[in-house]
Amino acid sequence: MSTHQPVLSLRNVRKSFGDDLVLQDISFDLLPHQVTVLIGASGSGKSTLMRCINLLEEIDDGQILLDGLDITAPGTAADGIRSQIGSVFQSFNLFSHLTVLTNITLASRKVHGIDRAVAEAQAMELLERFGLSAKAHTYPDLLSGGQQQRVAILRALITKPKLLLLDEVTSALDPVLIAEVLALIGELKAEGHTMVIATHEMGFARKVADELIFLEHGSVAERGDPARLLTEPTSSGLQAFLAAMRTAGRL
Amino acid sequence: MTYQPSSLRIAREAAKRRASQRSTLIAALSTFFIAAAVIILVTSASGFHKVSDSFFNWHHARLSFPSVLSGLWLNLRVMVIAEICVLILGLLIALARTSISPVLYPIRLAATIYTDIFRGLPLLLVLLLVGFGIPGLGISWLPSSTLLLGIVSLVLTYSAYVAEVIRAGIEAVHPAQRMAARALGLTASQTQRTVILPQALRKVTPPLLNDLVSLQKDSGLISVLGAIDAIREARIYSALTFNFTSYVVAGALFVALTIPLTRFTDWLTRRQDKARNQQGQF
Repeated sequence: MSTHQPVLSLRNVRKSFGDDLVLQDISFDLLPHQVTVLIGASGSGKSTLMRCINLLEEIDDGQILLDGLDITAPGTAADGIRSQIGSVFQSFNLFSHLTVLTNITLASRKVHGIDRAVAEAQAMELLERFGLSAKAHTYPDLLSGGQQQRVAILRALITKPKLLLLDEVTSALDPVLIAEVLALIGELKAEGHTMVIATHEMGFARKVADELIFLEHGSVAERGDPARLLTEPTSSGLQAFLAAMRTAGRL
Repeated sequence: MTYQPSSLRIAREAAKRRASQRSTLIAALSTFFIAAAVIILVTSASGFHKVSDSFFNWHHARLSFPSVLSGLWLNLRVMVIAEICVLILGLLIALARTSISPVLYPIRLAATIYTDIFRGLPLLLVLLLVGFGIPGLGISWLPSSTLLLGIVSLVLTYSAYVAEVIRAGIEAVHPAQRMAARALGLTASQTQRTVILPQALRKVTPPLLNDLVSLQKDSGLISVLGAIDAIREARIYSALTFNFTSYVVAGALFVALTIPLTRFTDWLTRRQDKARNQQGQF
């Protein structure tokens, strides 16, 4: 396998809900250790795109390839694909009846068949590295939002997925908590994780993105180097979006 | 701008169609073989002809049908009246049990004792106690009609079940909903009526209708008091002919009555699910 084969390739992806066309002609490649950041207004299709990539939604047309394998081909076993992709959601979605440690080790044990002791040792190592080991035996509802979201990221990380999908993971948090979650994602970038990130944090997007994609009404309106896109947007859509972000004090 | 489906999409949809045809075929085959196996097993049993003659005799079915059907009219009235009373009484008990005001403590206590007792008592015992006990007291102004007493017994028993179901629904509504309503200035009872109950009842519709279906069936039990309902008519017929087919006829009529309610429940649940199916958020 060539090292330059993309981990993820989207080719002319199209998706509609009934008559509502939500994604149209989306194509991009994501190389190993790279980060693609999706920006765009709410409803522009970022979340739907994420759901299509881990097969929670079925695309209407086009192709999605993971490590060169067409995962949208008929008869693909979605469970097997999803176990290679880590997903983190806006609203954490930790299992509230399980402790932090069990939340993190659930997939390793049940999906990957790893021994409980081994899985727990791996989880403790991760928790320690990110300063959360004191919370291992706590239930999620007793944690702050930032801690919950960091646990959710570790839960996605423990199975060593080929690809991490982070969908607006800081949108439900206050600025202080946002900072701690973004710091963690920054470390993941430094460790060379391959990620697709949807975010409204423009400064963060600029820092971690290798490619920035601006979605508008379900299409790619502008894409490229993050610094260029954020300082010299050429499309009127991105100009308007950034102006709105600036007015809101988010840029 | 016109969109042309790519060959990829056409191939994928063709594959999906083939897969769905294959699963339809497999479903048909497996149904056929399992049904055939059951039929062969039952019909080859040595006593099959005797059983089929005394339970599924077409001649007796036709003869007993009119009287059983006329008995069913009684069950139908019992069901409808009891269902309405059960829903009202169950709701009141649930509200009493979830009240928090200290003034209402005695009512809360009474409601708790009531549900504890009537959920545990077998319906048959309640029927006998109410149906024979109340007239036996000899108090002239108390009702003595078997029909009415049968309805009272059903309502007493089923209100306890329904009250617990509704209470579970009320407690399943997130506390923040109540806080938000109170923060808007709604009174406790306004909050209960306009915010909590609508959500609570929606959550418990399936188990609630489950209890109602069960109540419909159990309306047949009032025959022990001597009311001439469908089951009683069936018993009269079978006593005259030494054939049990009339019971099967009554059973089929009960099933025919409950199926519409079951389908209605399914439809209601599905419609709720669809309306609430969220989209967009990952």
